[in-house]
Amino acid sequence: MNRMTRDQMAARVARDIPEGAYVNLGIGLPTKVADFLPVERDIFLQSENGLLGMGPAPAKGEEDAELINAGKQPVTLLTGGCFFHHADSFAMMRGGHLDICVLGAFQVSIHGDLANWHTGEPGAIPAVGGAMDLAIGAKQTFVMMDLLTKQGESKLVERCTYPLTGLGCVSRIYTDLGVIAVGPEGARVIELVDGLTIEELRRLTGVPLAFARQIETA
Amino acid sequence: MIDKSVESAEAAVADIGDGASVMIGGFGTAGMPDQLIDALIARGVGDLTIINNNAGNGETGVAALIKAGRVHKIICSFPRQSDSHHFDAAYRAGQIELELVPQGNLAARIQAAGAGLGAIFTPTGFGTLLAESKETRRIDGRDYVLEYPIRADFALIKALKGDRWGNLVYRKTARNFGPIMAMAAATTIAQVSAIVPLGGLDPEVVVTPGIFVQRVVQIATAATQPMAA
Repeated sequence: MNRMTRDQMAARVARDIPEGAYVNLGIGLPTKVADFLPVERDIFLQSENGLLGMGPAPAKGEEDAELINAGKQPVTLLTGGCFFHHADSFAMMRGGHLDICVLGAFQVSIHGDLANWHTGEPGAIPAVGGAMDLAIGAKQTFVMMDLLTKQGESKLVERCTYPLTGLGCVSRIYTDLGVIAVGPEGARVIELVDGLTIEELRRLTGVPLAFARQIETA
Repeated sequence: MIDKSVESAEAAVADIGDGASVMIGGFGTAGMPDQLIDALIARGVGDLTIINNNAGNGETGVAALIKAGRVHKIICSFPRQSDSHHFDAAYRAGQIELELVPQGNLAARIQAAGAGLGAIFTPTGFGTLLAESKETRRIDGRDYVLEYPIRADFALIKALKGDRWGNLVYRKTARNFGPIMAMAAATTIAQVSAIVPLGGLDPEVVVTPGIFVQRVVQIATAATQPMAA
């Protein structure tokens, strides 16, 4: 079975981020999307620790311990970028000013519920950070994840079994096997990797899947 | 003449006692007022309630405070990290109480305290474990959770420059929680790289007005820090 690589997934998400968008890329896989945003497009990357207009990692030796991203890695500020405190930063999300956030996930339900902060396992120390604020705050929440776990279980589910991050907040998932819209109407396949059929995808996920009139293959 | 400057970190924290609630600025190590925390550890006080975004990174700041066994409870959003071993050990040993708060709710609750609000309705966390048994309300078709302000006896924050009236400017992403914590604590203590004369800060770019700051201490080493290797 064909699967998209991490880079291909990141490039696919990047394609759907328009000029002028204010975007937060979550910790982990979503940060890769930044590498694929076309340079000719003005896109404003927000980092919840307090910067807008985030640039790439600095050159070696130019790291500044007070210029970091939400993953606490050194970054740079683009010309025209700015700093702000935490209340303003989260007002950008909760207040509906941020256009898109891209998050990783343990599970997403066909109705757009998200579980990405806690496995709920006994002994696990929970940590939530800004995940709940981002998930419900951004105008659109995209999830980027492998569609199946290593054991072959679908991470797109009818109902999340992991503790929830937010209800009905995800609009689209970008996976290694295709792009799927989720929401009140359920899941609808927008794109499939070359060679994969909708029947096969239904079998793999075990969830009801509608499909867009014209399925594109990537 | 009003002069909020204090000669040393030790003098700045001299009245923080056992059982105090203390907000500590910083996101990871950026904006963490290490020297004020070191002075607090040296004072020997314990049973503290700490409010910070994290629960310590590496060996300094909040991590050192936890390692020294001075923290009874921590209110934070993101305790578990690759370098939060001192918190992890204390938590697993049942020596520290954790109140986990979504990061934006943490900021909003601190801001609410500083602004004198009785409570807030926030959409963040609705329908999740972190809102269990909390009051909710539907307003204009959207669901919200009732959350109460977080205030503290003291706030320890780090800024770039201050003056003797307590006006502050910050540096890059070290700003993070500083401005809102300054508003939410009864006594706010700022460590700055430089205390400048009145008029030395452009009034158009002052981020924290001096009314929110009670003490300013100059810590020369607190300027730009190189990244840890």
